[in-house]
Amino acid sequence: MAANNLRHALFCAVVTLIISIPILGLNLEAEGINIILTGAKTSTYIAIVLAAIAVFVFQAYRDSIMGLLGKLPNLNPLADKEPMEQSKRAKLESWILTGIIVLALFWPFVVSRGSVDLATLVLIYVMLALGLNVVVGLAGLLDLGYVAFYAVGAYTFALLSQYTGISFWMALPIGALLAGLTGMTLGFPVLRLRGDYLAIVTLGFGEIIRILLNNWTTLTGGPNGIGGIPEPTLFGMEFGRRVKEEGNTSFHETFGIAYSGEHKVIFLYLIALVLAVITALIIRRFMRMPVGRAWEALREDEIAARSLGLSRTAVKLSAFTIGAFFAGFAGTVFASKQGFISPESFVFLESAIILAIVVLGGMGSQLGVILAAIAVTILPELAREFSEYRMLIFGAAMVLMMVWRPQGLLPMRRIHITLNKQE
Amino acid sequence: MSMLVLEDVHTHYGKIEALHGVSVEVNQGEIVSLIGANGAGKTTLLMTVCGMPQASAGRVILEGRDITNEPTAQIMRSGLAIVPEGRRIFSGLTVEENLHMGGFFNTKSEIRKSQTHVYELFPRLKEREHQRAGTMSGGEQQMLAIGRALMSRPNMIILDEPSLGLAPLVIKQIFEIIGHLRDEGITVFLVEQNAHQALHLADRGYVLETGKIRLHDTGKNLLENPDVQNAYLGG
Repeated sequence: MAANNLRHALFCAVVTLIISIPILGLNLEAEGINIILTGAKTSTYIAIVLAAIAVFVFQAYRDSIMGLLGKLPNLNPLADKEPMEQSKRAKLESWILTGIIVLALFWPFVVSRGSVDLATLVLIYVMLALGLNVVVGLAGLLDLGYVAFYAVGAYTFALLSQYTGISFWMALPIGALLAGLTGMTLGFPVLRLRGDYLAIVTLGFGEIIRILLNNWTTLTGGPNGIGGIPEPTLFGMEFGRRVKEEGNTSFHETFGIAYSGEHKVIFLYLIALVLAVITALIIRRFMRMPVGRAWEALREDEIAARSLGLSRTAVKLSAFTIGAFFAGFAGTVFASKQGFISPESFVFLESAIILAIVVLGGMGSQLGVILAAIAVTILPELAREFSEYRMLIFGAAMVLMMVWRPQGLLPMRRIHITLNKQE
Repeated sequence: MSMLVLEDVHTHYGKIEALHGVSVEVNQGEIVSLIGANGAGKTTLLMTVCGMPQASAGRVILEGRDITNEPTAQIMRSGLAIVPEGRRIFSGLTVEENLHMGGFFNTKSEIRKSQTHVYELFPRLKEREHQRAGTMSGGEQQMLAIGRALMSRPNMIILDEPSLGLAPLVIKQIFEIIGHLRDEGITVFLVEQNAHQALHLADRGYVLETGKIRLHDTGKNLLENPDVQNAYLGG
């Protein structure tokens, strides 16, 4: 037993050495036109050896270390909490949600411009995560290319504004519809796939869209992206110092106040807030409708759901389309907020982050997903001081989370539907 | 009048033919049992009726309508209900929600009526109304699966191995319920490995062997048939 453990630990340590020595210990340096191989500093080698020893010690005493961790219940405040009563929890949840919205309404007027900007980004992620929550959390379809629909929404607005001068308010529904349509088109062929296979195909689709945007230079400008995307207007009032489009007035002149760059930021934030609330409400509505129950039934047991006469394609397609629709929504807001978009913004990492938000928040739970979106967007910002290590900290937080609370922050409380008893 | 007719049905999984021309007839109001060993094609036959996979040759006729090439969802909404093998209840949903899923395409008042009816048939389910279905015993889950199938008010119900993995006493209870369904006018097509009980209950029976119907007779005659006794009833 012990010998086995030691052998395993030794193996792990050797693997650590094999992996880290070439990666960290050898440097390629350019000398003239040649590239020469040089060794790293002695301190690096010492660090590698120390790391290997650490791996060895951990693997050798893994059982006792993990056992010790398990005996620290105080570290996990949620370990043995009784689940709250359903009705009580439902009430509490809606109170918390209302609280968040009210707080969010006043937020931009008390904090700095940078914070408002960040908060807008959080709201965009809230929209994205709520949309993906339908696909992954409710319908149980693992979509790794969600960012593609986000890109479709953003590029729809960017391209339309460049070629036809469309305004934000016109682009918003068009971008969302087009993203939804893309979702439907992709959905038809791939939704007969299940689990891992679906994940791979959607992953590929996400990359195809990004590469397409990158290489179709004549239309999308390729890696240079598209700039000059207009900001939203409020009933024909613009937020810039000078009016750009004829027929519009400027916000500060209409109200007779001094121009401030903050107006624009706050306005964008409020738009994002309203759209995020609308997204949450619409999806909440869907969850209570028969289609919401059909999503869950199909996630729980596909054969059973089909035996009841549910059409697999229709149910999956509806989830996929609705998810894509809201990604398009978020994409349009994103394009408007940035004023400039390029394929850089729609890499796979984005899909992964949105998925992480959904999983962290608790699949299917709206409040959980909203809280997770806030945490995941703000945490890396707060950890900015640690610069290079912030992704490491982020990763560690995720691992701890999955160890202690694999079901997510606030696991989904199923909406209970009862028939009104008549007479 | 025939409820369900299979005429010389062939079914393929890819290139492999699983059913080599099967003809079965189920008349309205009777219980028909289909027995056969593992791998004889019993489940394939049922799935062919449901349209997944669809028959590659032959015809499937439900209440006079040719459903051979209809999509599964459409077949399952036309007065036919199936209790799939292994129960396949929605374990995360409560008993009541499971039942409501069964009546997905019905109106609320119809659901309410069927629900009361199911609770009359299975008082046990009423007791567990708000319990998560996955936490119930196997027998209760089977009752729920049958109850869920009944929620769509079917004219015909297909049961795939309802006795699978259940205690003898529970099996007896389930078979009593199946007999009761016939008394209510529901046609029952029963697929079983538990040949003794299935034939005992059935008006007629079919014996399926490697994708072909080997025997076809009344339930009673099949029970007394020496070949059937040797092969399926333990001699």
